[in-house]
Amino acid sequence: MITVKKLVKRFGLKTVLRGLDFEVQEGEFVALLGPNGAGKTTFLRILATLSRPSFGEVRVAGHRLPAEAAAVRSNLGVVSHLPLLYGDLTAEENLQFYGRMYGVFELRKRIDEILELVGLTSRRRDLVRTFSRGMQQRLAIGRAILPNPEVLLFDEPHTGLDQDACDMLDGLLREVAGQGRTVVMTSHDLARVEDLASRFDVLSRGIISASSKRNEMGKNNLLDFYRKALAAAV
Amino acid sequence: MKPQPIALKVLNVFSVLLFLAAFGMVFLYAPLEETMNYVQKIFYFHVANAWVGMLGFIAAAVAGVVYLVKHDQKWDIIELAAVEISLIFFITTIITGSIWARPVWNTWWTWDTRLTTATILEMIYIAYLLLRQGIEDPDRRARFGAVYTIIGAISVPITFLSIRIVSRTIHPVVIGATNGTATGSFNMAPPMLFTMFFALFTFSAIFVTLFWHRIRLGQLAQQVEQLKLEEMQ
Amino acid sequence: MNNIQEIAEHKPTPGFFGAVGAIIWKDLAAELRSRELLSAMLVFALLVVLIFNFALELDAGTRRVATPGILWATFAFAGTLGLNRSMAVEKDRGCLDGLLLAPVDRSAIYFGKTISNLAFMLIVEAVVLPIYSVLYNTNLFNPGLIVVILLGSVGYVAVGTLLSSMAVQTRTRDVLLPILLFPVVIPILIAAVKASSGFLQGLGLTDVMPYINLLIVYDVIFIAVAYMVFDFVVEE
Repeated sequence: MITVKKLVKRFGLKTVLRGLDFEVQEGEFVALLGPNGAGKTTFLRILATLSRPSFGEVRVAGHRLPAEAAAVRSNLGVVSHLPLLYGDLTAEENLQFYGRMYGVFELRKRIDEILELVGLTSRRRDLVRTFSRGMQQRLAIGRAILPNPEVLLFDEPHTGLDQDACDMLDGLLREVAGQGRTVVMTSHDLARVEDLASRFDVLSRGIISASSKRNEMGKNNLLDFYRKALAAAV
Repeated sequence: MKPQPIALKVLNVFSVLLFLAAFGMVFLYAPLEETMNYVQKIFYFHVANAWVGMLGFIAAAVAGVVYLVKHDQKWDIIELAAVEISLIFFITTIITGSIWARPVWNTWWTWDTRLTTATILEMIYIAYLLLRQGIEDPDRRARFGAVYTIIGAISVPITFLSIRIVSRTIHPVVIGATNGTATGSFNMAPPMLFTMFFALFTFSAIFVTLFWHRIRLGQLAQQVEQLKLEEMQ
Repeated sequence: MNNIQEIAEHKPTPGFFGAVGAIIWKDLAAELRSRELLSAMLVFALLVVLIFNFALELDAGTRRVATPGILWATFAFAGTLGLNRSMAVEKDRGCLDGLLLAPVDRSAIYFGKTISNLAFMLIVEAVVLPIYSVLYNTNLFNPGLIVVILLGSVGYVAVGTLLSSMAVQTRTRDVLLPILLFPVVIPILIAAVKASSGFLQGLGLTDVMPYINLLIVYDVIFIAVAYMVFDFVVEE
């Protein structure tokens, strides 16, 4: 579903990603781990077509980036730690707007489905700026799956959420991912990610320094795996 | 840092010599104008400076377009150099113009077409520099700089035309000297014409020299940035 | 739950105009609710008119001559407020990314934002004109004047939306927009003031035409240029 070969990303003179290789099969849920500033967000933005690679080959859902970026976008759902929602519009109106932007069929019905899924049907006519952060993130996920994309990209979605909100989010994430979608999620909260993902990759010093499927790793070894991966990359 | 190429060293000397020659020509060779006497002599430098400013202006606009097409940082350095040099030369143009205006028109400033446009151009340049200053990411800085150069470059001729439509200029029409009605315009005798072209040539050479130096400075700055980054990592 | 494979094969594509329309609707709907932008612009515009009143101390005759200038200065200043605010909304909650993620041409974003900015500016102008008329006992209900205001606003907003997209991504933000914008929209100010003046004084169309032409040329050129370079301002 996602293939990345020798991806290099430079900002002026600073090289953030140095020949990164990455591959995700359809239906996998990959947790992308790594220290702050490692380049996780940069990498995700490139996959999300928000940023152009400096060198290298990137393929998402069968399309080459950045050449065929426009074609991929309708098949991508992105949730970052910013909600990407308009505070002065209601939950419903936000979904309506994005639905129109993506040209979603049978929008009204789809909006009802989504509000039901994220548990916000009762708040559909409320302004988003009155929502708690947890609710905004849930709505953001709803926004992301509006066009029924095959690929989902999450950039540290748990940021700023309390325990309960995190749990609710996880439930939603599981359900959404369980529909056969391919998911890449960055995080530096190992405990959260342990139960969600089927695969764990570590991005350190501009490349993927380690990768391990969940069934290859016993429980409670995630922390060790992570530490080893960071140490090895130095 | 590469040492100055021979061509540049030669150009340095050449420019200085040309400037001295031009200075000499202006004061010794060119005849005194009847009405304005010595004040008129500043005219040679004034026009030459304006000419060079225009060169810089066009260079900046072209560099902007090329950068957007090619995304090569080199063109960004060229664009910045062109803007800075053009900025300085237009300032000297305005100042020399002012020095000329005072004895001739009895005013330090007029809102005529060329002067006003030059001032607006300076404001655009300053806005450009402020824009660049507010951006950290070099790629974004280059992109935005190029876009603003293009917007500015297109608006300036339109501004010039707008003001011209509105007001009748009191700026002397110097070339095409048959119309001597505007105060301060004068017929140009051949030696004057020659002096003026020599001054234009001189200042063009000075422009190229300074431009080259400034580009080298930009490249040096880039190398320093690179070294700093490598040091940090 | 739907079979995602089936749905993936029939990916809908939104129309260009659908996207432009959605953005305009979104901006207007949000503004209708909060009214922050419009009220700020309106109050500011009226304050500027007030300041001019005290600063210039005009008698009736001179005021008639100065009216076009005062009006356009007011619109220019209030306009920057609207432009800044409109873009800030997108930047603050990361919504600009949201727009960029949509499978539409970038220019749809440009045209959508420009048209909503134009709508806000026209609304403010539509309120300021009658108030000015009443305050100074001048009749400003002149069809020629309306045309000039329309043409001038279009050009102003065409360049302003592009430049505010840039300004909002810098450190200096709000302060930078007027610095970038004003030197570049001077032709609009010149032509608009002259044309407004001409119409208010009842001059013939032939006298005013050069300035109307200037406005039209400026509008066409800059809409085209802004449309072409907008990609470079939003794409990384």
